[in-house]
Amino acid sequence: MSDRGSSRPRPQLVRSETGGLPLDRELLVRMHELMVKARILEERLIQMYKAGHGYFWIGGPGEEAFNVALGLLMRKGQGLDFDYLHGHYRQSATLLALGEEPIGALRQMKNTATDPYSGGRNFAGHFSKRIWNIVPITSPIEVQYAIAPGTALAQKRHGGEGITIVTGGDAGTAEGDFATCLVWSSRPGNELPILIVVTNNQWGISTPASTQQGCAHIADRGKAFGMRTAVVDGNDPVASYQVLREAMAYVRTERRPFLLEAGVSRLYGHSSASGANLVRDEVDCIADYEAFLEKRGVLTRAAMNEVRERWTKQIGDMARQVRDEPMPAPESIWRNIYKEPS
Amino acid sequence: MANMAQAIRLALHYAEEHLGVTDVFGEDVGPPLGGVFTETQGLKTAWNSPLDERGIIGVAMGLAFAGQRPVAEIQFCDYIYNTIDLLKMAGNTCWSSNGDWNLPMVVKTPVGSGIRGSIYHSHSFDATATHLPGWKIVMPSTPLDAYGLMISACQDENPVMVLEPKALLRIKGEELIPGEPADDRALSRMIDAPLGDRSKWRPEWPALEPYAVPIGKARLVREGDALTVVSYGRTLPLCVRAAASLAEEGVRAEVIDLRSLWPYDWEAIRASVDKTGKVLFVNEDTEVTNFGEHLVRRTTEELFYRLEAPPRLLAGRFVPGIGLADSLEMASVPQLADVTEAMRRLAAERP
Repeated sequence: MSDRGSSRPRPQLVRSETGGLPLDRELLVRMHELMVKARILEERLIQMYKAGHGYFWIGGPGEEAFNVALGLLMRKGQGLDFDYLHGHYRQSATLLALGEEPIGALRQMKNTATDPYSGGRNFAGHFSKRIWNIVPITSPIEVQYAIAPGTALAQKRHGGEGITIVTGGDAGTAEGDFATCLVWSSRPGNELPILIVVTNNQWGISTPASTQQGCAHIADRGKAFGMRTAVVDGNDPVASYQVLREAMAYVRTERRPFLLEAGVSRLYGHSSASGANLVRDEVDCIADYEAFLEKRGVLTRAAMNEVRERWTKQIGDMARQVRDEPMPAPESIWRNIYKEPS
Repeated sequence: MANMAQAIRLALHYAEEHLGVTDVFGEDVGPPLGGVFTETQGLKTAWNSPLDERGIIGVAMGLAFAGQRPVAEIQFCDYIYNTIDLLKMAGNTCWSSNGDWNLPMVVKTPVGSGIRGSIYHSHSFDATATHLPGWKIVMPSTPLDAYGLMISACQDENPVMVLEPKALLRIKGEELIPGEPADDRALSRMIDAPLGDRSKWRPEWPALEPYAVPIGKARLVREGDALTVVSYGRTLPLCVRAAASLAEEGVRAEVIDLRSLWPYDWEAIRASVDKTGKVLFVNEDTEVTNFGEHLVRRTTEELFYRLEAPPRLLAGRFVPGIGLADSLEMASVPQLADVTEAMRRLAAERP
């Protein structure tokens, strides 16, 4: 766990006191592959937008390090014994880390009838997967913070080790729903098993966070509610994994809330509305991680290039497959307004 | 006979015993108060929430996501407005996820005028509620319907909003709730919390029987052939009384209690207007973009050649609030005299 001293922290990747690797070698390799896969997926989504194969892009390049670690540590499944995710729209890397196929995101981008999350109804990055407790991601910023205590309350009563995870950005913590989350998660005698995550990219579309919120760290707000808190460099997959592992273990076993703030980058701007072009003055978690992996002899440059090329080809093939899939039928607007007989 | 507040309490008790309701919650809903209108006294799943309407609706959604069956209360509908995007979201969750998720949740909230509640305890919500696709909206006017509609709401797999006309909450019914003791003083001794210290008190619930009023089904309250009056909530009993007095003048009005606003019983309206050729819609929400305007529009479009007079709407004045003074409240929302006069005038109208 580390406090971010500067406004643009550099990753701190070497943590082992013995000189060995900070995490299991296979895990380091797996995290790399998932981060690269998620980046290629997002870059393909942007490309689809620019080629006219979608109306709007919003997503998570720059949050891969933290989001992959989160997905790998989640307990995946349906019902109270598993983790609920109330995510936000920069969460693709978490879904891939959970084992989701990337083609679903491409289908949602192309708003095809085959879109598994919304049937062509919603923007890219708006995942929903009931069999994994992924509640629908929505566009309004921060509403998920008001909803998440509900699943956590059910899990508190149920017992076991299933927890609720809610994520959102820094700008939206100005909304009252964030205060709702802090209050409802820490009612005396009814503290909830909830991991409250803020991925802080220091922007709200075009507005710098430093011009709008006076707190040193958003995580500090949890202290007033007796919550354990931490601030982590979310561009560092190793640090993120370690902090998340500790925080999630605490929430699972103590059944109490934890507020975690992760500093992340926003590598292609807010959305396609601001051009979706690469930002060069923010930390790229993959570039830094690859330098670390190479330096520590975990992966060769050639091996990492192979990963990138393999996923570029596979996701490219998927995008071509999706291109010819049908749009939803006009009459389908009347479907699923209410629960339909299964 | 039970009053509407007791009927709702009995329904919630039935629902937590038999229908899987897990949480009845909101501000002052749990002990010791049991709701500002006593509707949740003695319920085993009732609990007090923070004073946070967005949290109440949000947590109801979260509980429903987690497979629970919550009944959330907003203490007065005047305070529901800051939850509007969460209500919209609860209504669109099934659709937005293309059927992946559904939210079995009930939101109950007292609505309307009639208790001299001034600007922030008199509002109606039916016009706004019927702008929320994906919800089912019900509004009883009798204790028995309140009981039966609440039970249907608690059985539904989708979000259901129960609008409770607060002017009628203390009015005793004319029909027994199935399982209710015939003596209403006996019922009160069994289920009404005592004044003073309630820490040792436990309710003695009657053996209730299943009784559900289907959502989407209107009730024909009074038959007639001169005109049709369609209403719900507080104004419904006014329409019935007006019809009784007009009958003495030889005007036989047919009165329909819509009970469900969405989905609503168009067939009942159509069949009645087909017979009478005249229809008056009555409610007390503000009259601009009022739900009754939708009914007028549909009547005009679909039943135009059956009509002998323009369909009429009697609703609340389009003013920013209901003032505290008796004269102001009377002037703002339909009263018995207004309803009677509107019916009399429509009955007399000739092409």
